[in-house]
Amino acid sequence: MTDKVLIADDEPNIVVSLSFMLKREGYEVLVAPDGLQALDMIRSDPPRLVLLDAAMPGMNGFDVCEAVRADPGLSGVRILMLTAKGRETDIARGMGAGADAYVTKPFSTRELIVRIRELLA
Amino acid sequence: MRSATRLLLPVVLPGLAVALWVLGGVALFYAALSPERREGVSAGLAPALAEGGALIFGWWLAGAVLAGWLAARLYARHVAAPARLADAARLLAGNADAPRAQAAGPEALSGLAEALNRLADERRTLQTDMARLVAEAQHKVAQERDQLGALMAELRQSVIVCNLDGRILLYNDHARSMFRRVSGGGDVIGLGRSIHTVIERALIDHARDTVDRHIARGEAPVSAQFVTTTPAGSLLHVVLAPVRPQAGESDQISGYVLLVDDITGDYAAQSRRDRRLIELTEASRASLANMQAALDMLDYPDLQPAERDGFHAIVRDEVTAMGQRLKAMTADASQEILTRWPLQEMLGDDLLAAASRHVQAQTGAEVAVGNADDGLWLRVDSFSLIQALGALAVQVAGAQSSLTLRLAPAATPGWAHLDLVWPLEVGTGPGTAGAVAGQAEVDRARDIAERHGGELWLEQDRPAGQSFFRFLLPTALSGPEIAWPESRPEFYDFDLFAASDSSRSLDDQPLDQLTYTVFDTETTGLNPAEGDEIIQIGAVRILNGKLLLGERFDQIVDPGREIPEASIPYHGIHPEMVRGQPRIAEVLPVFHAYTADTVLVGHNVAFDMRFLQMKEEVTGLRFDQPVLDTLLLASIAQPHEPSHSLEAIAERLGIEVANRHNAAGDALVTAQVFLRLWPLLQARGIATLGQARAAAENSYYARLRY
Repeated sequence: MTDKVLIADDEPNIVVSLSFMLKREGYEVLVAPDGLQALDMIRSDPPRLVLLDAAMPGMNGFDVCEAVRADPGLSGVRILMLTAKGRETDIARGMGAGADAYVTKPFSTRELIVRIRELLA
Repeated sequence: MRSATRLLLPVVLPGLAVALWVLGGVALFYAALSPERREGVSAGLAPALAEGGALIFGWWLAGAVLAGWLAARLYARHVAAPARLADAARLLAGNADAPRAQAAGPEALSGLAEALNRLADERRTLQTDMARLVAEAQHKVAQERDQLGALMAELRQSVIVCNLDGRILLYNDHARSMFRRVSGGGDVIGLGRSIHTVIERALIDHARDTVDRHIARGEAPVSAQFVTTTPAGSLLHVVLAPVRPQAGESDQISGYVLLVDDITGDYAAQSRRDRRLIELTEASRASLANMQAALDMLDYPDLQPAERDGFHAIVRDEVTAMGQRLKAMTADASQEILTRWPLQEMLGDDLLAAASRHVQAQTGAEVAVGNADDGLWLRVDSFSLIQALGALAVQVAGAQSSLTLRLAPAATPGWAHLDLVWPLEVGTGPGTAGAVAGQAEVDRARDIAERHGGELWLEQDRPAGQSFFRFLLPTALSGPEIAWPESRPEFYDFDLFAASDSSRSLDDQPLDQLTYTVFDTETTGLNPAEGDEIIQIGAVRILNGKLLLGERFDQIVDPGREIPEASIPYHGIHPEMVRGQPRIAEVLPVFHAYTADTVLVGHNVAFDMRFLQMKEEVTGLRFDQPVLDTLLLASIAQPHEPSHSLEAIAERLGIEVANRHNAAGDALVTAQVFLRLWPLLQARGIATLGQARAAAENSYYARLRY
């Protein structure tokens, strides 16, 4: 069975590329344009992995991450923060909120795929 | 008369004494005789006495007169003359200018008198010297204070000097206008006021502790600094430096100097810059990620044309977005440069005049000046700009000795051209700026232009036969706000260094050591309970017996009701004058702060106090300071005068009444009356606030009204 991956990002320009790539890699791709919808989708149908942007309208990525980690039923969901917030403090906050990996934009798609495979292995 | 009787005694006494002595001898001789002999002597002597008694009496009288004369001479010489000398000496001891002692009598006495006179002369010289030295010293101190005052007034930074109680004893104009701005319009700082009304006591105490620690450890920079917010939300950066006695006297500080900067704008600008930088970084990261991902996707060999176009569109889209972000950022940044470099506002004419003088001095060439707009104000760093013009002029002047400085508004609003013009040599081609004036000079001048957010370039106007360097400089709307009041304000009072809050209760303080707010109000009518309102409040302050004309309070108030036509002659305030003025609820807090820690004084002040008290409930502000009434005080000082109206008292005390029935004018007259009443009250044994209040309460007028 194929692994489900949720892309939570409000920028369509990245969503297009990421979902194209993940589909080609054989994953089932879901998309959420903001934090609240992302959380709803994670709760109703937990994916294996979430690619989570930090700066989103409604609810930001850090808060979504914390909310997911606060729910024991969602402990199987891996979270990869994929964000333009690149300061030390941002990375610390992301990891503190319970992200499994933190990738700063811009990034190489090839390396990203490697990280995703590792997380889902 | 008394000196005559005193002289009579020595004159008469010798004669009487001789007579008594002889009579006594005769009586003794007579008593020693046997009774028969007595008979014989009496019988024999009686006829002889009857015959030659007059001769004996005459002889005695002559002797007595001679003795009296001698005694008088001796008395004058040895008693009266020393006594006179003693009197003269006593007089000279008290007053060196008294008449000199007369040298009469024996030689020793005149020697004494001479010595005395010499001593007196020396003493007088000494006194004159002393008086001169004191006068010189005072003059010097006064001069130094004036210089200090002038220096403070010119400083671009806010300076406030306080004593240990936090009372302000010096401030500069900059400090005043800054605090007026950050506190919402009212004058919160003034001589003798507490700094704690604007800066929390805890902060200052903490800074003073830090300073004490620095001093105790013997560290060189002893100042402390902190940042505080005002109620109105401004951000102040404060440096506190101690006022220390001369080295070696003591370690105790006697006060402190506060250097205050309003960093609200700077801080906001800095935060804005930081935020913008982060935004730009993050937005660029996101855009780059989007492009990179899209480009990576284009590497897939088996893309559909539609997919390929989609990824291309993403890249193009992101490139446009990045370009736009950078453009917005640059526009903002040039504004920021303008605000960061300390530029001053200067009238174009002034800049041209200063620049032409400098260029003329540098080059020796004739410098003409042209200004297209007399009212043009610039925002410039005038010193650097003039230096740059001078350096460029030296380079281009060469053989030509005719230079022109020319100022005109630029086509872009908010900018002006400042040109350094010289004749274009026939046949020369268009050179670069560097070739014309030296690369180093041009670079330096360009730096300065950029500091203004502007530019510098070389231009040739062939039809006019001119070459010129053109500075593009920012203009200002108008000159800087000049907030000098008509009278030169009092900015310092060093007597306050010695003042202390805790020493005595207010009632025990002498009248001339208190701080007063003398005020007056104009109202729509006489009955606050029936809806009459305050329409003007005027006040002045008195500190250490000085009228502080620079710290006036003068505010027209919108009463929120119509102004009765009949009342206008009494206050001169027409309805259109109150339009747009603040309401009493906005004015009273400012006035309350103005009166903080002072004694309130007014003429027939009960009337004004009633209006203030009516508003206590609405504003929550209580005017519970001690109150003095010049009407009552005048009735105590001059109980027999028929009228105690403000005009009558002012006239009696020789005070000119200029602006009657205007709250500010009346407050000023009341303050002058109050000051002149002090000596009169003093003569009646009223010296302290407590005595003045007690006397006022018991006065005839007070009993009449309450």
